[in-house]
Amino acid sequence: MTESQFDHQAIRSQFPALQQQLGDNPLCYLDTAATSQKPQCVIDAMNHYYQLDNANVHRAAHQLAARATQQYEQVRAQVQRFINAATTEQVIFTHGTTESINMVAHGLTDLLKADDVILVDGAAHHANIVPWQALAQRTGAKVIPIPLDSMGCIDISAYDALLTQAPKLVALSHVTNAMGTINPVKAMVAKANNVGAMTLIDGAQAVAHLGIDVQAIDCDYYVFSGHKMYGPTGVGILYGKLDALEKLTPMLTGGEMIKTVSFNDTAYGALPNRLEAGTPAIAAVIGLGAAITFLTELPQALIHQHEQQLIGYLQQQLSQLGDISVYGITPDNINIGAVAFNLANEHHQDVGILLDQQGVAIRGGHHCAMPLMQSLQIKGCCRASIGVYSNQQDIDRFINALAEVKSILL
Amino acid sequence: MTINPMLQPDPTLFLSLTDDVFDSAKLIEQATNWQEKYRQIMLLGKKLPNLAEAFRHEGAQVKGCESQAWLYHQQIDGQHFYLADSDARIVKGLIGLLLVATQGRTSREISQFDIALYFEHLGLNGQLSPSRTNGLHALAQAIKSYATETN
Repeated sequence: MTESQFDHQAIRSQFPALQQQLGDNPLCYLDTAATSQKPQCVIDAMNHYYQLDNANVHRAAHQLAARATQQYEQVRAQVQRFINAATTEQVIFTHGTTESINMVAHGLTDLLKADDVILVDGAAHHANIVPWQALAQRTGAKVIPIPLDSMGCIDISAYDALLTQAPKLVALSHVTNAMGTINPVKAMVAKANNVGAMTLIDGAQAVAHLGIDVQAIDCDYYVFSGHKMYGPTGVGILYGKLDALEKLTPMLTGGEMIKTVSFNDTAYGALPNRLEAGTPAIAAVIGLGAAITFLTELPQALIHQHEQQLIGYLQQQLSQLGDISVYGITPDNINIGAVAFNLANEHHQDVGILLDQQGVAIRGGHHCAMPLMQSLQIKGCCRASIGVYSNQQDIDRFINALAEVKSILL
Repeated sequence: MTINPMLQPDPTLFLSLTDDVFDSAKLIEQATNWQEKYRQIMLLGKKLPNLAEAFRHEGAQVKGCESQAWLYHQQIDGQHFYLADSDARIVKGLIGLLLVATQGRTSREISQFDIALYFEHLGLNGQLSPSRTNGLHALAQAIKSYATETN
């Protein structure tokens, strides 16, 4: 494979955390699906805000507040363009994917009733399962998992059959957390729309790797986190169609989100503020803006090709190593960003500990997707995941380290 | 930590560790590279008794491990004895090292034992940190609290 088509090193060198040594080894970071590293421009943007522009947003007439508010609202417009939302009011700042999903699940409480059906992606991570279970407990609705096939991908004919139960809501992952498999969300949302179901797409693992067009997907809600797309932790997005956001009862109430308050009656304000109670994570929002600028200025097509080549190379090298089971691969469905695997019958934690000894950072565990692990009939697995900064040397170092692990364990 | 009144494994399993296990601990300490260290850790794990499936249940499970780990305790004549197992081999070996330091000791000895210093001495200080998901920190806490609650 070639990296000569563009200057990949110029991209990688923008990530200071990747330049470090761990003991005798340079860091080999293959845990981007848990959180990505941050480019210098994101760190600088947050520092700049705290050093010069720190003020609360939307609240005061002074110049600092005006600067902070302007930057904060500019990021909303950036996010709007980034995901192709129709208006800025449809972009709500949250603290992350988990909070976004909880806001929707909480906000729909009054609209669901006993025996209503909620369909949930069987490969979803817990953040896209547990809030729906809690909603079901509050309302008497039923959560039904959408079955997976033997490779861990959604069984579309089973999904079609479940849609005949007229679900009220369908919650899907765009790209699965544990395996990096892509769901055909556009087609699945169209089918859900046909039966009048609301739809939520968890884009946490998709935004850093795929161009997102929420209007083309046509979902009611699309959620993601900043920290998996080279931005800071503590900020995420809830996108919604206007009517879908209007119908949500605010989960948090307080400052910023009101129109008028008296002790007799309080009127909530308009979107987006209605769903943004309290002082937001202003620096993190500004950092997210810098991350979007960083991402959108990259050569998109070349980066996508680069990442797909790396994933393909990783899969091929794993299979050459032998004694490896890879999960979530279908012939027509190339994985995005991540590969899930186990080494023979070895415990994923033993593999992780021995890789860590060699400076290689991967994730081992159930990947917050215990139902998926149950359907694959495994306790857990290892996941190697890449980002824009990853290169072939990372994959080679990982494979060499894994060969060493294999010689110790097998 | 509450002492679970559940069924206990056979008392004969709660024995002093064999010389073999102490030899392993020495080899771990003396290992000159990480590969050898971790090979010896797994060998130590192998020398510990296995818990029968019936005793690998949630009541005995130590929380805070990405792998599963189970711990039982008995006090005999003022000495504390532990029986532990894990479904991960390295974790089981690391547990074995904890037992080398605590098996058959008195409450006073266990409460005074500096486990962090012990692991540092073995060249494994990183493994005991509470931020690790190997559960060693939680196991060390559980071993200590058994010894303080039953003195």
